[in-house]
Amino acid sequence: MALPARWQQKIAASDPADEIMEIQMGPSHPAAHGTIKFNLKLDGERIVDCDVEVGYLHRGFEKMCEQGTWTQCFPYTDRLNYASPCINNVGFALAVEKLLGIELPERCKYVRAIMSEVSRITDHLTCLGMAASEVGATTVAFYTLEARELLYDLVEAVTGARLTVTWCRVGGVTHDLPADFNDRIQAAFRNLDAVLSDCDKLLSRNRVFVDRMSGIGIMSREDAISYGLTGPLLRATGVAYDVRKANPYLVYDRFDFEVPTGEKGDNYDRFNVRFQEMYQSQRIIEQAMASIPDGPVSITDPHVMLPPKHKVYNSIEGLMNHFKLIMEGIKVPPGEVYSAVEGGNGELGFYVVSDGSGRPYRVRVRPPCFLGMGALNKMLIGRMIPDIITTFGMVNMIGGECDR
Amino acid sequence: MSIDKLKERFGADVLGSEDARGEETIVVGRDRAPEILKALRDEPGFEFNMLSDLTAVDWPDRKPRFDVVYHLNSLTLRHRLRVKVQIEGGEAWVTSAAGIWKAADWLERECYDMFGIRFHGHPDLRRILLYDSFEGHPLRKDYPYQRRQPVVPETDPVVNPLRPSR
Repeated sequence: MALPARWQQKIAASDPADEIMEIQMGPSHPAAHGTIKFNLKLDGERIVDCDVEVGYLHRGFEKMCEQGTWTQCFPYTDRLNYASPCINNVGFALAVEKLLGIELPERCKYVRAIMSEVSRITDHLTCLGMAASEVGATTVAFYTLEARELLYDLVEAVTGARLTVTWCRVGGVTHDLPADFNDRIQAAFRNLDAVLSDCDKLLSRNRVFVDRMSGIGIMSREDAISYGLTGPLLRATGVAYDVRKANPYLVYDRFDFEVPTGEKGDNYDRFNVRFQEMYQSQRIIEQAMASIPDGPVSITDPHVMLPPKHKVYNSIEGLMNHFKLIMEGIKVPPGEVYSAVEGGNGELGFYVVSDGSGRPYRVRVRPPCFLGMGALNKMLIGRMIPDIITTFGMVNMIGGECDR
Repeated sequence: MSIDKLKERFGADVLGSEDARGEETIVVGRDRAPEILKALRDEPGFEFNMLSDLTAVDWPDRKPRFDVVYHLNSLTLRHRLRVKVQIEGGEAWVTSAAGIWKAADWLERECYDMFGIRFHGHPDLRRILLYDSFEGHPLRKDYPYQRRQPVVPETDPVVNPLRPSR
């Protein structure tokens, strides 16, 4: 059967050698761990242009925060970067506390720092495991998931939940560390060390893995800064910028730890930076556990903190206090604050504006991986399709945080 | 970063300033903003090489209505600064900073998406988190949070040509 005339003309007129093909990769692609679409223009398998489309997981985080009280924002922040929910909790709490001018109890600062570091390790394990499985090293993914499970057990022992922790409050945390936490953490770290050592042997000098990662997705130092990259993406280019060192919050200035950096700014450096950071986080946790003071984990100011339950149920003052805080919310003085913490993916900033009512007037999150996704286009042009997978894996887009 | 130093350098272009809770803020005019931002990036002593964040705040009862808020960060000198540009609601636009910091490209798209503020000179100003046929700009205070959006008619992906590219 002969082809229709217009098809024959089309075929005769086109030269496959210089044809630019447009293809959509995503939004639900099995090798991309996130709902994301790449609108690609391809010359053969080489990427000529790449338009990254985000927003599939947009839930109106910032709008919803304006509807409730300050305390009611905490469950929403869990769902930002759901690989490290404690860090999001801490970041938001610190921003509101800065606006209120609260000085936290010492133990609270330590507890928050410890849980932030545990979360950072789970974040990196998630990123590395998934990135490895996407280049075919599924074993590594299961190893890291196993290690992550040990740390989730710690998170669960402290907060009562694995993922949606809602653990911080303005002025403190809901739960102190359990009595046997030190033993638990030692046991978890012994297993974690074994897993990390295995992963190191499986990946770091693995021909296939190194070939897929090294020299791919390169970002120059100047570009990385201009694109607003932070965290492992920036540190892989050799800039030792870490919010914990640059603007120390909580008690990070008391710990001895290093900021791992790379040289080339490629995917392999990013992998290494994340890998080394897990050891640094362990160091911080060990130091913090050795020097953590006793004492309360929350302030007792009745304008901010809920009264203990026995007072609520047995005294009218306690009941009224509870009712006012729940119904009207914490009266945060008018003003604005930008407060940043070091999240798993980089600088996680909260810009909060209060008008003096019990509700946030504006809550803005500076999502580190949103800016990373903005730079993906730059990293990918001129590369091949398989490089999308590794580069996207190392940017570690977490939909909850990127799309909010 | 001290406010006095900024006032000394930019003089009357600094329309307002605040130094609260260890954070410095300056307010600058819309027309002068691009030059000031560029100077803040380039001049020694400021060296704000990173645009940490760009967003807006809607004050519907105030004149001018919007604050466009730039959070600048200097990785070399380790200081931060907040720069605000106040604009009217009717003709909500500012000049794009995408030529100064590349981060502004996506951040301005998001700000346009959420607030409807236009960034003149932006290379590719279109919605980023929401879809093209979304009606309104949800982070404006006059956008009710329970508002429903019209259902987008289903299109056949085979018949429908690919989205026109940039």
